[in-house]
Order: sequence, then C-alpha cells, then structure tokens
Amino acid sequence: MNITTLLKRGVLIVRVEGELDMHVANKFREIVDKALETSGVKHILFNFEAVDFIDSSGLGVILGRYKKINAAGGKVLVAHIQPQVIQIFELSGLLKIIKFYNTEAEALECL
Amino acid sequence: MAIKNQIIIYLQSLSENVAIARVTAAAFAAQIDFTINEIEEIRVAVSEAVSNVVIHGYAEYEGQIQLIMNLYEDKLEYIITDEGKGIADVSLARQPSYSSDPERMGLGFVFMESFMDELDVTSEVNKGTTVRMIKKILPSAAH
Repeated sequence: MNITTLLKRGVLIVRVEGELDMHVANKFREIVDKALETSGVKHILFNFEAVDFIDSSGLGVILGRYKKINAAGGKVLVAHIQPQVIQIFELSGLLKIIKFYNTEAEALECL
Repeated sequence: MAIKNQIIIYLQSLSENVAIARVTAAAFAAQIDFTINEIEEIRVAVSEAVSNVVIHGYAEYEGQIQLIMNLYEDKLEYIITDEGKGIADVSLARQPSYSSDPERMGLGFVFMESFMDELDVTSEVNKGTTVRMIKKILPSAAH
C-alpha cells in the first residue's frame, strides 16, 4: 500500500494505491489521522483509483474517519472507484453516507 | 459428490498472509469461468474469514490456519479452520455490526454470507472455528 496526501482548496486529498485489508488498516488510519491533524482541514477526499481490493477492515477505517470528520462538521468524499470495489461499498452501506465522484476535480467542485 | 480438484494450504496467522490466502482462493476459482465480480466476491469472503482468524481466533497467540479448497461439478467449497479461541455465540457474531471496536464494521460474516451461496460456521470455545463457504457454479460457467 502506498499513500500520498496533499492539500487542495482546503481539502485533504488522500491517494491510495494497493489493497486495503487488515494488514494495512492500522497504517492507513495513522497516516490519514496524522495528515488531518497536521493540516487542520475539515474535509477529506479519498482517491481510490489505484485500489483494487477492499474488505471490511479497510471500510472500517473509512467509516471511522467519516464519524470523526462528520462530527466536526466536515465532509468525506470519494473519487475514482474501480467497479469491482464499488459493490463492496454498496453492501456495507457506506454508499448511503459517503458521496462518490468520477474525478477529484468533480468532487472538489461539489464542496 | 466427487471432488474434481483440491488444494490445501496452511498459513501462519499473520496479517500479511491474508492477502496470500485470498489470492490463492481467487486463483483456484479462476479455473471456472466466473465473472470478475464473482471472483471479487470470493476474494472478499476468504479475506474476511482469514482476517477473523488472525484478529480474533488467534488474538493472543499465533497459530495455524488451514484453507481447504474443493472443486466439485457444481460448486466451489472453501473451508477455513483454526484451533484458536473459538466463538462463544456464533449466531450473535454473525449479526451485522457485531463488533466491540468502533473502527471495525462488524461486517465480516455479513460479507461472507452475502457474497457466497452458503455459509456454515461451527465453533467451540478454546477449541477453534471452522467456516465453510460454497460458491455455486452455474452450468454455463463450467469448463
């Protein structure tokens, strides 16, 4: 797993590469939380273009960040999800609370 | 019914082995003309089952996980067995959002149940757990 974080228009963009399972869940959470803390921004945008696998451990980290950010009045957005990964999001119910966009630019426009 | 093909692997209960288990499970499924989504469902279901063993079954100590993969004429069968701490109440554990940890979704068994055609869990406290999952092969998908 590789994670790149950057700031754009007051949004923390998190680009993830690889597989989000229990082996990387803790590291994924730590990197995102640290970037949120350091930047002090309210909103977060996950780019999952290069994520080809996710299971409930990976989804748990996203849900945990959603709860945290939502409580602080921020938004969680997701861009570029591979089709086989979308069905996992669907079944988990996360699609109902997190908005999905085709591209990062599209997501940023909607804030 | 006769087994047409079988692979059995043993894994040490390390988190890095979860990926090896699901990749092997997907490779075994690839001998059937499943769709990409069906293969993904198998990857997720096996990943959840093996993750459960690493997180819960062998939470206090490392142990061995057995993954049996059987191909039958009309179905694929995955059996994941551990000799870990077991589950006190299986029907409670299988309910959605059953998790003591807010960072976990409690969806492991829900995913296994939704993505496979059959899920059977047997467990005994301090003896271990066996998860058996079936993916049916539709006549059009068989070689």
